[in-house]
Amino acid sequence: MSASVTSPVASPAAAPEEGSSLWHDAWLRLRKNRLAVFGAATLIIVALACFVGPFFSPYGYEEQNLDLGAAGPSAAHWLGSDTLGRDLLVRLLYGGRVSLGVGLAATFVALTIGVVYGAIAGYSGGKRDAVMMRAVDIMYSLPFTIFVILLMVFFGRNIILLFVAIGAVEWLTMARIVRGQVMAVKRMEFIEAARSLGFGRRRIIFRHILPNILGPIIVYTTLTIPGVMLLEAFLSFLGLGVQPPMSSWGVLIKDGAEKMEEFPWLLIFPGTVFSLTLFSLNFLGDGLRDALDVRASKD
Amino acid sequence: MLRFFASRLLQSLLALIIIITATFFMLRFVPGGPFTTEKAVTPEILRNLEAHYGLDQPLWKQYLDYLGSLARGDFGPSFKYPNRTVNEILADKLPVSLELGVLSLLVALLIGLPLGILAAVRRNTWVDYVASSFGMVGISIPTFVVGPLLVLALAIHLGWFNASGWYSPIDRMLPCLVLGIAYAAPISRLTRGGMLEVLSQDFIRTARAKGASELRVVMRHSLKGGLLPVVSFLGPAIAGILTGSFVIETIFQIPGIGREFVNSAFNRDYTLVLGTVILYAVLIMALNLAADVVQAWMNPKVRLEA
Repeated sequence: MSASVTSPVASPAAAPEEGSSLWHDAWLRLRKNRLAVFGAATLIIVALACFVGPFFSPYGYEEQNLDLGAAGPSAAHWLGSDTLGRDLLVRLLYGGRVSLGVGLAATFVALTIGVVYGAIAGYSGGKRDAVMMRAVDIMYSLPFTIFVILLMVFFGRNIILLFVAIGAVEWLTMARIVRGQVMAVKRMEFIEAARSLGFGRRRIIFRHILPNILGPIIVYTTLTIPGVMLLEAFLSFLGLGVQPPMSSWGVLIKDGAEKMEEFPWLLIFPGTVFSLTLFSLNFLGDGLRDALDVRASKD
Repeated sequence: MLRFFASRLLQSLLALIIIITATFFMLRFVPGGPFTTEKAVTPEILRNLEAHYGLDQPLWKQYLDYLGSLARGDFGPSFKYPNRTVNEILADKLPVSLELGVLSLLVALLIGLPLGILAAVRRNTWVDYVASSFGMVGISIPTFVVGPLLVLALAIHLGWFNASGWYSPIDRMLPCLVLGIAYAAPISRLTRGGMLEVLSQDFIRTARAKGASELRVVMRHSLKGGLLPVVSFLGPAIAGILTGSFVIETIFQIPGIGREFVNSAFNRDYTLVLGTVILYAVLIMALNLAADVVQAWMNPKVRLEA
């Protein structure tokens, strides 16, 4: 695939020119997609603001100012303050850390389980594959959201459990996609070559197959993150997710919805930032899918 | 076709047994019980209560007893509402949630399908761009943001609707619209994709060459194939609408089964939690099965693979 190998024609001792690799092409295509670039830029700004922003703020996220109470946006509090006089902007940034953190961590859980499971099923084929995928089919039809709610109610609402529970719901799609891709790649000649060299199964899967299906994995990871963040916010909105004094965007939206009649900014700002982030992730995911030319396999 | 149906049915039954068993034992192993309340209960009363509900029996016997009564369609008594059975509570709340779900699904289909078809037929025109942006917006803005915002704008400021409640037909509009739009978005995207794929095929060109009108090409020749992705999405969509109603019922204070479920979990009302989970599972699986059958009827490839 790289141009350097396929040029026996004596190219003068010039530095090994970076040919247009698959990834380079994808990058060029992605850069032309305005919506995807917009999404990526927004995400970078939001993430930077959340992780760096609070250091520059004069307010702590728990710092109350009861004399002030809930006040609309002003020069001192750009996005206003809540009923306890806490600065909304700082709370929004801290909440973003949690929301983005949960999004990434739970996606990582889903990614790990899904890729390993899907790769094993796809590479094994035959009866093992049939049993493993039938199990996935059955799990697809389970009302998982309900189980996550039960877990969160019963085992206290701790954040590690939140990662695991959400990750456990979201790995199914990833497993299906990885399986389909692995089945396509494993019939190729270079895999046969690796097998004839006596490489073990694990080495073939992780060193030879997975790097070749990185494109679809990246695309679906990007598209899983908004789903995960949505589930976290959904749980927090029901009062089952992140607990005070910690906050997340879901918690802020829930609080805002309760007080929106008098203090609409408490709902509008968190709602906008959250939606904008999901929007950007979806645009970026769609853009990556087009750029890497990944089509959803139908099985 | 019969074989296909039988294998799917068997699979659903297996899943149902797994769900019942998992939920039953999970409930028994969690910390806290239905009778651990703020006010202390004397050990004696606690023993009597447990004897009354059969909680003093060995676990395996409780499990078998439960399965036995379940087979007779009896979900048992509620632990938290004295003198009420789970059957009564569910019969009370289910119609509300079903109405919300069915109306929302109708809204989703009535908005999503025409929008997707239009976008595909008028590809790369402003119609397509408007429809596609709607799809992206609808997917990215969650119901618990749209819902409260619409209440703020339409109910509180303009006074067109009541902010909450479930009394007159007009109270149905806002909740069903919010839940419906959330699913209209993915449906319109899937419809557009499916229709585009079909419209690019040879037999469509043949139909056009034979002078079929555009309307006929769409309605008679492309719709069945083009809607396949939508049909396979209906299963997950229905499950999503059912659980999505948790949030909607909370926002609009609708006395449905979703709110009851969250409350019963907090109350450790074992029998009510189990009953609700089983009801949801049966509903979701029955509807998934129906979606599978429709899909198999529309697409011979699926039918033959089973």
